[in-house]
Amino acid sequence: MTNDTIVIGAGLAGLTAALRLADEGRRVLVIARGVGSTHLAPPTIDVLGFADGEVERPGEALSRLAADHPYNRFPAEVIAAGIEWFKARLPDLGYRGGLEENFLLPTAVGAVRPSAVVPETMAGGDLRGGGRFVFVGLRLKDFYPAYLAENLAHRGRVEARAIEVDLPRGEDGRTLGLARRFEQPAFRDALVRDLSGRVEPGERVGFPAVLGLRKAGEVWRELERRLERPVFEVATLPPSVPGIRLYEALTAELRQAGGRLLIGQDVIGVETAGGRVESVVSEAAARPTTHRAHSFVLATGGLAAGGIKVDSRGSVKEAVFDLALAGLPATNGRPRFLPTYLDEQPLDRVGVPVDDRLRPTDTDGRLRFENLHVAGATLAGAVPWREGSGNGLSLATGYAVGTIIAGSS
Amino acid sequence: MTELIRDSLDHCVKCTICESFCPFSQVTPLFPGPKFVGPQAERYRKAGVSPDASVDYCSGCGICTQVCPHDVKIAEINAQARAELWEDRGIPLRNQVIARPSVLGRFGTPVAPLANWALRAKPLRLLAERVLDIHRKAPMPRFAGRTFQRWARSHRSPSTDRSVVYFHACGTNYYEPGVGEMVVAVLEHNGYNVIVPPQDCCGLPLQSNGNFDTARKYVRRLVANLAPYARDGVPIVSNSTSCGLMLKAEAREILGVDDADLKAVGEVTYDLCEFLLLLHERGELKTDLRALPLTVPYHAPCQQRGHGIGKPALDLLALIPDLRVIELDVDCCGIAGTYGLKKEKYEISMAVGERLFRDVRESGAEVAACDSETCRWQITHGTGVPAVHPVELLYRAYGLDWPVKPT
Repeated sequence: MTNDTIVIGAGLAGLTAALRLADEGRRVLVIARGVGSTHLAPPTIDVLGFADGEVERPGEALSRLAADHPYNRFPAEVIAAGIEWFKARLPDLGYRGGLEENFLLPTAVGAVRPSAVVPETMAGGDLRGGGRFVFVGLRLKDFYPAYLAENLAHRGRVEARAIEVDLPRGEDGRTLGLARRFEQPAFRDALVRDLSGRVEPGERVGFPAVLGLRKAGEVWRELERRLERPVFEVATLPPSVPGIRLYEALTAELRQAGGRLLIGQDVIGVETAGGRVESVVSEAAARPTTHRAHSFVLATGGLAAGGIKVDSRGSVKEAVFDLALAGLPATNGRPRFLPTYLDEQPLDRVGVPVDDRLRPTDTDGRLRFENLHVAGATLAGAVPWREGSGNGLSLATGYAVGTIIAGSS
Repeated sequence: MTELIRDSLDHCVKCTICESFCPFSQVTPLFPGPKFVGPQAERYRKAGVSPDASVDYCSGCGICTQVCPHDVKIAEINAQARAELWEDRGIPLRNQVIARPSVLGRFGTPVAPLANWALRAKPLRLLAERVLDIHRKAPMPRFAGRTFQRWARSHRSPSTDRSVVYFHACGTNYYEPGVGEMVVAVLEHNGYNVIVPPQDCCGLPLQSNGNFDTARKYVRRLVANLAPYARDGVPIVSNSTSCGLMLKAEAREILGVDDADLKAVGEVTYDLCEFLLLLHERGELKTDLRALPLTVPYHAPCQQRGHGIGKPALDLLALIPDLRVIELDVDCCGIAGTYGLKKEKYEISMAVGERLFRDVRESGAEVAACDSETCRWQITHGTGVPAVHPVELLYRAYGLDWPVKPT
């Protein structure tokens, strides 16, 4: 059966493009090797957090980015429209914010994360207004509230302290196990009892981001009501419970809208003709399966996710279509990696160059495939982890690609 | 192949995505999760050394392998580790018994009324629980009292220029011969001559119960029977999702069977709905389908994910006028073949299935649909709602008024 659009990759970029198109009544198939980084990362939409220092106003700061940055491939209104679409399309997650001003959210180690759009369960952690914060530890592995509070207080913006709660947490003390416990009323009762008298007036109360999986909004509202304090979640190490909420919401909406998901299938081949992609081939059991479509979206991620691969000899390739790559450093004897891990790395900006319809081009700007579009971390020119722009780029480019394809046929 | 699977653990970056999806570690601390039991524990396993018994609590549903973004063959590593474990410790009698559906079928069929009574008699089930460790409440299917093979021998399929081999598997043969008759009717309605060669168990239950040697014997014998057809280019169709996957992939990937017959058979084996949807894509499927004004919740079984074919039943059932299909968004029903029958695993299996059961109940539907036989029995066991193979809905919509006996 010919699909209208096949999206390769099931991260935020791919799912956004797919849902946008399914909403237009298009027949959409998402093929992905596995589940994307929604399960690993916080679900905040960080549009631009750092550009010559911490960014306060991401909308304004976009102009500071280099001309070949993916954000500069389309008008800034598209980014704003993508954010508004996202907030309205997933109302249960209660996303807040926009391009005007970044939230400043505490991380699990007490650093600060500038984020443009954040879920309601995390918004209360905003440090911009100063104030007093208390962080509650649940003996969760890799979440140490005293460490968090001390680092945060050291920055001088806020007052912060930590308390530990010992609760019968069940056998599973990992994030997901705790999240399920939070959905049980008896567990919440015990927690509220334990906290009463230990939380002081005027404090904001931060928990690791495990306040329920499917009923997080309810759990969060109940805790605010019963503790009579603003309550918020702090992102944890993986698995990211609020990230899983985002994945589940997006895939449920996509299924509802008639989209299809094929997770666990590598795309092992492509068929192209006359400057167009005709089909992609997935590695099904026993024999390869061909999937045809009118248009295609490549959203397989960058170096970290395997959308762009580096082999042991240092050769760099786009994994599915072997597209041309921009941002490749010269090879003659230069190292591929610098020993100072957090410095700007030679391969940081590697990615697929595109035209203003986000279609892949050669390095000289010549169009490769007229019906293929690229979204997310596969694009050249961005350094999401340094810029604090990961989910922002994925949402904006996924939305832009969906809009371009919807408008073009 | 076996080494390739083991080597894949080096791709594991401990991202925990498999942990997030595992339906079993979510409900029981006895299974610490696919990452711990799979890529992590595997580093400590060597010949004759099985450091942890928790791998036996892996159901083999395969979801971990499907969601892994780094191509680590987690479920396959676990299946092999489970076999090693039982090789070291000796396979329990229970695992030997429930892993031989065709042997049970041959004994149970002639005495079906008695056998079915025994399977529902509480004192006997208590005894079976004590002696055999089969849980007293486990959803044991009822013997049909006749076999599909026997029906097929007396059935004359119209000769046409297109043939298909039907691999019905044990569930159809001994418990649901009526489903097999509907499969034949639907295929014949679409112009196929349906060949039903003699066939025995594919070995899958033996594989999942840790008896790899005997499983290999079964699957080799089966593919030897089917290979001549495959070499003649006749497609092989199965309505058993898991047994079909055994032929397509698991015999090779998990049991390590490297056999020309298996390769020939696997390449032309299709899940029934996959096959029918391919016909439709070529414009060859009859669409003289009458309206079925029904709402049917549909559960795609875990093993179907291993096929990598998506959910073809959804597209097929969409062809039936007035049929409203609800795609259930739950990964696993909990039964995993024989897993949920076991005394120590029954409660786990029911806890895994609870979300699915709730969604089926809340749909208010009179009938649910699912491709896999053991999953259908589990859904009915957990909800009281009868569950049918999607082919039954097609059969009814085609108006094929064959004298199909109740299953």
